[in-house]
Amino acid sequence: MKQIVILSGKGGTGKTSLAAAFAHLAHDSEVPLKAVLADADVDAANLELVLHPQRLETHEFIGGSTAVIDPKRCQGCGICEQICRFDAILPPFLAGRRGGRQRTSHKGEGYSVDPIACDGCAACVYQCPEDAIHMQSQLAGQWYRSESRYGPLFHADLYPAQENSGKLVTVVKQNARLLALDTNCQVVIVDGPPGIGCPVISAASGAHLAVIVTEPSAAGIHNLQRVLQTTMHFHIPALVVINKADIYPAGAAQIEAVCQELGIEIIGRIPFAPAVTQAMINGEPVTAFCPKSSASQAMVAIWQTVAIHLNGTGGHL
Amino acid sequence: MKIILTATSPSIDSNIDARFGRGAHLIVVDSDTLEWQAHPNPGVGAPGGAGTLAAQFVANQHAEAVISGDFGPNAYGALQAAGVAMYLFGASTTVKEAIEHFRAGQLERVGAPTGQGHHPRG
Amino acid sequence: MKISIASGKGGTGKTMVATSLAFSLVALTPEQPPLFLDCDVEAPNAHLFLHPSLTEQQEVSLLIPSVDEAKCTHCGKCAEVCQYHAIAVLGQKTLVFPQLCHGCGSCTALCPEAAISEVPDRMGVIERGPAAAGISFARGVLDVGEPLAVPIIRQLKKWVRQAPGLVVLYDAPPGTSCPVVETVRGSDYLLLVTEPTPFGLHDLRLAVQVAGELGIPAGVIINRENGPYPALDEFCASQHLPVLLRIPFERTIAEGVAQGKTLVEIHLEYASLFRQVFAEITGLSEMRA
Repeated sequence: MKQIVILSGKGGTGKTSLAAAFAHLAHDSEVPLKAVLADADVDAANLELVLHPQRLETHEFIGGSTAVIDPKRCQGCGICEQICRFDAILPPFLAGRRGGRQRTSHKGEGYSVDPIACDGCAACVYQCPEDAIHMQSQLAGQWYRSESRYGPLFHADLYPAQENSGKLVTVVKQNARLLALDTNCQVVIVDGPPGIGCPVISAASGAHLAVIVTEPSAAGIHNLQRVLQTTMHFHIPALVVINKADIYPAGAAQIEAVCQELGIEIIGRIPFAPAVTQAMINGEPVTAFCPKSSASQAMVAIWQTVAIHLNGTGGHL
Repeated sequence: MKIILTATSPSIDSNIDARFGRGAHLIVVDSDTLEWQAHPNPGVGAPGGAGTLAAQFVANQHAEAVISGDFGPNAYGALQAAGVAMYLFGASTTVKEAIEHFRAGQLERVGAPTGQGHHPRG
Repeated sequence: MKISIASGKGGTGKTMVATSLAFSLVALTPEQPPLFLDCDVEAPNAHLFLHPSLTEQQEVSLLIPSVDEAKCTHCGKCAEVCQYHAIAVLGQKTLVFPQLCHGCGSCTALCPEAAISEVPDRMGVIERGPAAAGISFARGVLDVGEPLAVPIIRQLKKWVRQAPGLVVLYDAPPGTSCPVVETVRGSDYLLLVTEPTPFGLHDLRLAVQVAGELGIPAGVIINRENGPYPALDEFCASQHLPVLLRIPFERTIAEGVAQGKTLVEIHLEYASLFRQVFAEITGLSEMRA
């Protein structure tokens, strides 16, 4: 059982469109692969918008904990504010501080905790001389097991302004992996988040192959280098796809140069095609919606190459 | 003696799970009496340091040996400090098979980290 | 005046809008050009449009514990207080796992033997310097392999010099979780850049919720408009979100942006269009205050 993760570095390069196409092609091509799908972009989960799955299970996600100060016990010593390294303790409201920029507690409150800033370290809990602080679990989001026409989909929604997105990604992936193992699936296709930080690291963990979708813009090229450094740092073999390849041929040439220098294979170039947006609006993978589109044809060829690589990354599928 | 194995299901009849840090379940077994207990692997929920969390669990159980598919550098360092011997599954496919192989002295003992590991801070 | 530019969905054109806005504002207050902060520390791009000379750099580190084994009695108090399992007593040693540590300082403060000291563990850098047209530029860059963006963004925001009347622009990362919140927190206004597609609208809804959680007024800029998309307009109307600018989908714009040009350099009229956006934002902010 192999795991592919689709990454990009820069946002908006077309990861989800490609992930949806892979899901469709894994299911419907001449040599089908039994797949489980995972949407690891828990901040902005879009894969279900093109797969329209039926939701089967919903689970709560407890992210971490936040400190809560009991105003009845708080004596206003301010030790919590001194030791907090996350700027999460708000000092008491003082009349006359109006118009100031500093955030404070509400009028009438002593010290209080900003739950959005709180990292959950509990340093204040242990050091409050009045024992006035305790930790409270945070409901940070939900994750789902759904069934799409191309296979099971695991996805999640992190509530806005929450942290611990890496943890939620891990929960989504772990469940996808276990179902894949239990049902003898051959591949888990993970639609990754943008960036290179903890949600991406979690999404990429355990992947046998990373497919990196880039675009030939100055920003795309720059971020491609960073995401390739990331996959190399974690020893994950990477293949590159250039999306919207025809908007800036000089940029595409730069990408080719970067990949050649790093010994990374470019496995496809997808031309810009309005069908991709049309397919998204229609709620379908572009390869299903408009198979004749130049973008679809490019994606078909890319999938075939990926399938060959999966067979080659140690052991058989 | 008390040993721990990574498994895909919470049972001594389960298949093995090749990964230490993210192996779904940790089966704690008395290798002589075959009394066992399954625990969810604390490394599973973690975005980072999974091997470290799993290793801390193993150490706190005071197990003498742990059997899995690979041990990254963090897990290895932690288990070594705790004095827990590490073994690889080798050809075993089920937990029971692995215990048999272990009792027969057929499993390879690990003397250095086997996996690459990751270094996320999560 | 602090304005953040965010989106929810990646690739909608945040950096293009933020840098275009920066250029347009130079003419407004030439004696004090705006300050631009690229807060997308995982995938920073603004330098490709603003061409800064990064003359100053500072390392950003997390303070992680270091145990003096001579003083340590292996009492386990550090392991007990650590919420991240980053320090543990194993065998006769107290081990630190830097990759799990969040640098909170709790173990160090609570060790009864004072056996723990703190050492910096590098995670990235913050840099600053002058950019094109006199714009002051600063950014953070996360080291490859490091997961936590927030501490860098936090230090970046503290590092830059504020001044009365200075306009500060914060170019946020994509998403809606903690790095975006850290960037946007404390802003006077949130400009949300979206695209008229189902993905764009879905993620805009989430971004609007973040604005709501933080109590920051928001307005929308629609990028890559290509015919009507009623769902987006209806959403904005229902949320009382002003649509401050509509940028058409145009090949010349796409190609120009691909080459690192701002809208102002591609079509000069955007300079006054963005100044109008700024005037509306200042007007709207004043109404609320």
